Amino acid sequence: MMCAEIICEKVSLGYETGIVAEALDFTVSRGDYLCILGENGSGKSTLVKTLLGLHPASAGKITRNISGIGYLPQQTVVQRDFPASVREIVRSGCLAKSGFRPFYTKAERGLAEQNMQRLGIADLSRRCYRSLSGGQQQRVLLARALCAADSMLLLDEPVTGLDPKAQIDLYELIAGLNRDGITIIMVSHDVRAAVQYASHILQIGAKKQLFFGTAEAYRESEIGQTFLAAGGASDD
Amino acid sequence: MIELQKLVDYFVTYPFVRYAFAVGLLIALCASLLGVTLVLKRFSFIGDGLSHVAFGAMAVATITGLTNKMIIILPVTLLSAVLLLRTGQHTKIKGDAAVAMISVGALAIGYMLMSVFPSSANVTGDVCSTLFGSMSILTLKKSDVTICVIMAVIVIAVFLLFYNKIFAVTFDENFCKASGINANAYNLVIAMITAAIIVLAMNLVGSLLISALIIFPALSAMRVFRSFRSVILCSAVISVICAAAGIVLSILFSTPAGSTIVAADIAVFLLFCGLSAVLKRG
Repeated sequence: MMCAEIICEKVSLGYETGIVAEALDFTVSRGDYLCILGENGSGKSTLVKTLLGLHPASAGKITRNISGIGYLPQQTVVQRDFPASVREIVRSGCLAKSGFRPFYTKAERGLAEQNMQRLGIADLSRRCYRSLSGGQQQRVLLARALCAADSMLLLDEPVTGLDPKAQIDLYELIAGLNRDGITIIMVSHDVRAAVQYASHILQIGAKKQLFFGTAEAYRESEIGQTFLAAGGASDD
Repeated sequence: MIELQKLVDYFVTYPFVRYAFAVGLLIALCASLLGVTLVLKRFSFIGDGLSHVAFGAMAVATITGLTNKMIIILPVTLLSAVLLLRTGQHTKIKGDAAVAMISVGALAIGYMLMSVFPSSANVTGDVCSTLFGSMSILTLKKSDVTICVIMAVIVIAVFLLFYNKIFAVTFDENFCKASGINANAYNLVIAMITAAIIVLAMNLVGSLLISALIIFPALSAMRVFRSFRSVILCSAVISVICAAAGIVLSILFSTPAGSTIVAADIAVFLLFCGLSAVLKRG
């Protein structure tokens, strides 16, 4: 059962201008729910790019035993007034599999419908993306991510900008997907939710790894207690 | 009614009127297809910049006395499209500044060349017709029409072939990259089609008014429709209808074809703005 899907050994991240984070050592196993915590500028977004394979690690070794990662990026300005129906967006998750074929197969269209059902947005399929609430929009993007890869999801600050009720709904939804066996990696600011939902915590800061271990161990640890005491108030 | 009769007579009697319609409608269709993507990707100004580059290339082609100016205009514009797209990532000069630099530079050099090496007695007239399209739409030769039809077919085919990818890259480049789609390659495809459309549209509306042809139908359609496909279809229909109306009006009232088409596009845009306000209230 402990099948390691991603192994990072002594990984350093950086650009020509300098190192962003170094000595990252952690493992993500099948079915894990890993929360990556860290201040702004601690190298979280670079780590995300590296895990997705978009940016090479400047040192160390990353082993990936997975076929693909479903990615939920942060929302961009372009998307806020984008005229597209929910169905069009969810289907676009299937594109990576379609190669040069200019249309979607019946199986791909079926997969899109299935994932919309799974996330409870089937009745919105004809609605316009920009008319949806923030929580609904995230569900649409999650459904798209599931179309791209159904064994691992990487979520980049998914609850940012949502109201508290929608945040809880989304956390519950993601926890449900994790119970169904999907490995979750989530980048977050929210320490409280991280220890509540995640199985493992990776905290980076000051250019290095501050903690990696299970959520229980984090709660017991000195660093965990410090951040939990301060963390509730400093969310943004 | 008499005017309509006159128009039908024109259409039946003169082949150049038929050519003007065929070319005008095809160009309008092509221009509208990518408009939505360019507007949404905040690339509207790249279209504008490229059209000025095309003007500069046209000036160079004119003074070299080539019979087929496309040989120079098309490659130069395509190259500039690729260069402008590159400026988006890690360069010393920011994207909008690069666009402004290239477009104004090409405009200035083009005008200077046309003045220093005049190819005809009427330099001002030449420049004006390159910038605003003049009546050249009614003076197309059969060979121009053939080139135009071939390019239009290529543009439409590429667009249809890559429709889903263009949608995905427009909506979310990061997601595309993460799932293994070569987003940069598709951005390149978008830039190249844009360049091709601009070269095509120079004949119809002139290089200063091309952006209007690309942007107005897209903006109008986005006011009312709510899925990507319906927006694209609607902007294509708007664009073709406006082009037809513009050409008809320009023949009947002897107005410049290009600016009449753009005026029709503006009218439709205002109409759709009103329509969307009514729909929201209702």
